[in-house]
Amino acid sequence: MASVTIQGVKKKFGATDILHGVDIDIADGTFTVLVGPSGCGKSTLLRMIAGLEEITGGEIRIGDKRVNDLPPKERDIAMVFQNYALYPHMTVRDNMAFALMLAKQDKATIDAKVARAAEILALGALLDRYPRQLSGGQRQRVAMGRAIVRDPQVFLFDEPLSNLDAKLRVAMRSEIKELHQRLKTTSIYVTHDQIEAMTMGDKIVVMRDGRIEQTGSPLELYDHPANQFVAGFIGSPSMNFLPGILRRSADGLRVELADGTQLDAPPQSSGVDGQPVIFGTRPEHLTLVPEGAAHGGIPSRVVVMEPSGMDTFVACRHEGVELSAVFRERHDFAPGSTIHLQPDMKTAHLFSVDTGQRLAA
Amino acid sequence: MFDRFQNSRNALGLIFMLPAALLLLLFLTYPLGLGVWLGFTDAKVGRPGEWIGFENYVFIATDSVTQLALFNTLFYTTIASVLKFFLGLWLALLLNRNLRFKSFFRAVILLPYIVPTALSAIAFWWLFDAQFSIISWVLVKLGIIDTYIDFLGSPWNARFSVIAANVWRGVPFVAITLLAGLQTISPSYYEASAIDGATPWQQFRYVTLPLLTPIIAVVMTFSVLFTFTDFQLIYVITRGGPLNATHLMATLSFQRAISGGALGEGAAISIAMVPFLLAAIMFSYFGLQRRVWQQGGGDK
Repeated sequence: MASVTIQGVKKKFGATDILHGVDIDIADGTFTVLVGPSGCGKSTLLRMIAGLEEITGGEIRIGDKRVNDLPPKERDIAMVFQNYALYPHMTVRDNMAFALMLAKQDKATIDAKVARAAEILALGALLDRYPRQLSGGQRQRVAMGRAIVRDPQVFLFDEPLSNLDAKLRVAMRSEIKELHQRLKTTSIYVTHDQIEAMTMGDKIVVMRDGRIEQTGSPLELYDHPANQFVAGFIGSPSMNFLPGILRRSADGLRVELADGTQLDAPPQSSGVDGQPVIFGTRPEHLTLVPEGAAHGGIPSRVVVMEPSGMDTFVACRHEGVELSAVFRERHDFAPGSTIHLQPDMKTAHLFSVDTGQRLAA
Repeated sequence: MFDRFQNSRNALGLIFMLPAALLLLLFLTYPLGLGVWLGFTDAKVGRPGEWIGFENYVFIATDSVTQLALFNTLFYTTIASVLKFFLGLWLALLLNRNLRFKSFFRAVILLPYIVPTALSAIAFWWLFDAQFSIISWVLVKLGIIDTYIDFLGSPWNARFSVIAANVWRGVPFVAITLLAGLQTISPSYYEASAIDGATPWQQFRYVTLPLLTPIIAVVMTFSVLFTFTDFQLIYVITRGGPLNATHLMATLSFQRAISGGALGEGAAISIAMVPFLLAAIMFSYFGLQRRVWQQGGGDK
């Protein structure tokens, strides 16, 4: 096991900059998730760690070894590919034993290691099958088995669950997490799915357009997003954003929305009086103002109701801006009716309209 | 009645199949059947033959020229096919890389295949000419040899010369088909094996070759069939000479049947090729047929 240090790493394809200098410190034994929309450079970065892409600038270290110019096989890493990349002409056993065979380990050692990996992943009964004869989830497990038998310093996962159906994805998610808790091998996991990132990572690196937007623990990112992009990307349904003007006065901070609605602003916010801001609040932090109450909240027209049993999702619209709210209680609003939503001031955020950064004192 | 006919899938299927079946009967079954029949007769040009049983076959089995032609054909097919396979595979591997002007090279590689055989055969005839051969001229100018090589004058020189022409003409087919096969191999297998620690040779041995085997089986079966039945190259370059050293079964059959007029005997020589061709097909069918890993789903 080893730590991975990424310092000022850049990548160019021809004249196009893919990564503009990325710094990440990955501690030994942790599970780090690189997450971001497609095209943000997360897979490229992972492939650079693996040695499948050249590094244009900067430095990658695995443990205390600089690996920039090492071929993949000398980096002591194992990778699980999105399409699994299982050799179709080899049985499950041979797929898992391939790397060990190339490393010229003796047959008894290979058999023991394969048996151990098969036991961990419950693949014992499938060892003599070919990849074609396996289901998606089984192939996924073989791909992980192939990584485990090598006992590498670092596991790299490149969107390993994106080819599975929703139910299997949830099951494999906890299986991979459990495996990591058991093996404690440093893992770097790439995904575009923020739920995967939130549920699996010790640390999440949110990327966009070849830059890191924020690095932190899942709940840090959720509770204290550095900017509007992270706030909108992390969490589902995603955060509501309302444009308004910041009003600073003797009796506190307020945000005035376009229609004149006054909202309390998070008291610790920075920003000057009259500054245009984005008011951000998560759907579960909106509460319903009872009918006939004096203080208004945000008047919103109900568009769609989605009761899921556990909670009730309400999509509404305020002055042309989409708003979503999630209630633990059950409601039955008629579409087209108007409800008033009160955001929780303590969990709300203000973002600068110009830079997108969170305005925090 | 007509309604029922229209609604019957079988009747409709039969109607749609009929034109193709007629074409096959007319142009494939009839000539083949006629050939088989002629092989059992003493037909000559201008004279319908009479049934003589296996007499033609008994004769060609003991005929030294036919025996020589069989040896030539097997030699020609074996050497040319092996050379075509290795050269084709090598070219395919080269073209599969990220070369500059890749599409240009891919187009160029097909040229020998596009040129009409008779035309390229004439070009080779000149290349192999005893007096005007450019190959000899270059070698003499370079001081490597003193006298011009008699490419087509001595038996073994002639055999290797026509093999060279056949290889030149057949390599594009093998190379382009194998290239198509190489491109169906997902790059992620190479990435996975690179991480697994495979050297380029091990990647070729454990990834490329096994995944290419089905295509190799198909392309080499066709290549062997085309080479075994080759006619045009030989007919233009050597006409089977010298001393029948380059006569193949096909050219000998033509010579006996059309030039010599012995239709029955020529037909028998042609039909005698069939067991060899069947053996080649069976070999590729049973030896290189689809493996378990290629078949979808289910247990073994």
